[in-house]
Amino acid sequence: MNRAFALHLGVIVALLAANWLLPAYHHTNLARIMVMAVFAMGYNIAFGYTGLLSLGHALFFAAGMYATGMGISLLAIPTGPALLLGLLAGGAMAAAVGVLALRTGGVSFMIVTLMFAQAGYLTILYFGPVTGGDEGFVIDRAARAIGPIDLSADMPRYLSALTLFSAALLGHLALTRTAFGRSMIAMRENEERSRMLGYNPFTVKLTALALSGAYAGAAGAAFAVMFGYVGGSFAGVQYSILPLLYVLLGGAGTVLGPFVGALVMFYLIDLSSLITTATLFVTGAALLLIVIFAPKGLLGTVRDRWLTWLP
Amino acid sequence: MAAVILTARGLTRHFGGLRAVDGVDFDLSQGEIHALIGPNGAGKTTFVSLLSGRMPAQSGTIALGGRDITRLSAHARVRAGIAYTFQITSIYPRLTAFDNVALAVQRQSPPDLHSATMAALSRTGLAERAQQIAGTLSYGHQRLLEIAMGLALSPRVLILDEPTQGLAASEIEGFKALIRALPPMTTVLLIEHNMEVVMDLADRITVLNFGRRLATGTPAEIRANPAVQAAYLGTPDAAA
Repeated sequence: MNRAFALHLGVIVALLAANWLLPAYHHTNLARIMVMAVFAMGYNIAFGYTGLLSLGHALFFAAGMYATGMGISLLAIPTGPALLLGLLAGGAMAAAVGVLALRTGGVSFMIVTLMFAQAGYLTILYFGPVTGGDEGFVIDRAARAIGPIDLSADMPRYLSALTLFSAALLGHLALTRTAFGRSMIAMRENEERSRMLGYNPFTVKLTALALSGAYAGAAGAAFAVMFGYVGGSFAGVQYSILPLLYVLLGGAGTVLGPFVGALVMFYLIDLSSLITTATLFVTGAALLLIVIFAPKGLLGTVRDRWLTWLP
Repeated sequence: MAAVILTARGLTRHFGGLRAVDGVDFDLSQGEIHALIGPNGAGKTTFVSLLSGRMPAQSGTIALGGRDITRLSAHARVRAGIAYTFQITSIYPRLTAFDNVALAVQRQSPPDLHSATMAALSRTGLAERAQQIAGTLSYGHQRLLEIAMGLALSPRVLILDEPTQGLAASEIEGFKALIRALPPMTTVLLIEHNMEVVMDLADRITVLNFGRRLATGTPAEIRANPAVQAAYLGTPDAAA
């Protein structure tokens, strides 16, 4: 389906054009949204495609963020390798959690992942002298560069966020077309049948979760370098809920859904903050409307109604 | 006598006091169509669940082609060559018929997944409905889709649990032709209540009753067996 590929490429090109068209305020916002969209794509791989409702993804995001941040600050690892380390840390953390949490399913899986993430959060606070605890730490501006590219400056930051986003999006799109992508969906749709087709549910789900964690870790790592800050709040439960909300809003099980969800949610909060301080009320109302009128999210509904070919 | 492909010895599964399967010895010959019959509650579905690994055996052994598979998990047994189709249709209702079968076909890693999947759909006459969402297919077509998925695994042993249940008479004829074409590559073990299908298809029949094996033999032998008549088939007078 080349029109699907064309659509996703079109989104990337539009975001590239936005680099020169957007005013500074929205330029920075969009860089942030793209990084958060990568996090949400990772969540989508686990939840939207494989049917794993995790409440612990903040742990994988934070694993990436701290591996990179502490790698740079404490171990003086160069930024490029440190970012890769963040990606691997997210994946490894997800695999480690998965080995235990995937013995359960459904509601128990939610609780076990939430518990692991809270344990991770408390661990960060406990080792405050090393991690900076609640206050976190700032990454030295000089260290926030890959070679000559200064990631703390607006344009390189936007373009590197876009590079990560593009790689993540096209990787996600490619994944949905592989045999493994199909077997992930099979787990979501009918695990028992899948087992009787010779798939080991544990292996498929663990691989999907590790992949999901690698996405989250890469997003956390990029966030640390691009915005120069590493803090315990990123390991808190709200960062487990955020990607879930993005995915629900944008459309679980659609490749572009996480980005659409992150974009809409971000500006919903941003715009509503102009008129009220009760921004959480606005997001809550938006989610209620989505659940009632478009339970498959924005793009899920678009796919059902108009674009059945949407991956 | 052809080689034995699947053997069970002393296979046992009790549920509390209920002896669902109680020390069954069983041999499946390479390339035969073997029917498993018996009254409701005789333990047929439990027995094939033990063979396919959906349920662990409490005691006894199972061997496939001489290899002990008693301790293998269900998915590992599928890879070893035992395919199972569910009594209650179990498909992916929200995916297309194509994707349903592709999930089975891709296990074989064919060079061209699309054509291999279409070929598997064609075998059961579902090629025209490849892009239809499986849950919207008619019941008969869903049963055929289930069988198509089992066949697409290219199994050595195909276990069919009441495949003709709910099929129309015309569909049953097509089903029989489909199954008849499987041996010798695939050995078929079939749980079936429709005696006409059993007598027509089976090379041999095993009768289960109260979790035990009552008899095994050709359709003629089974029909003439007084113990089977008493337990299941009824007397020739009653059957007529």
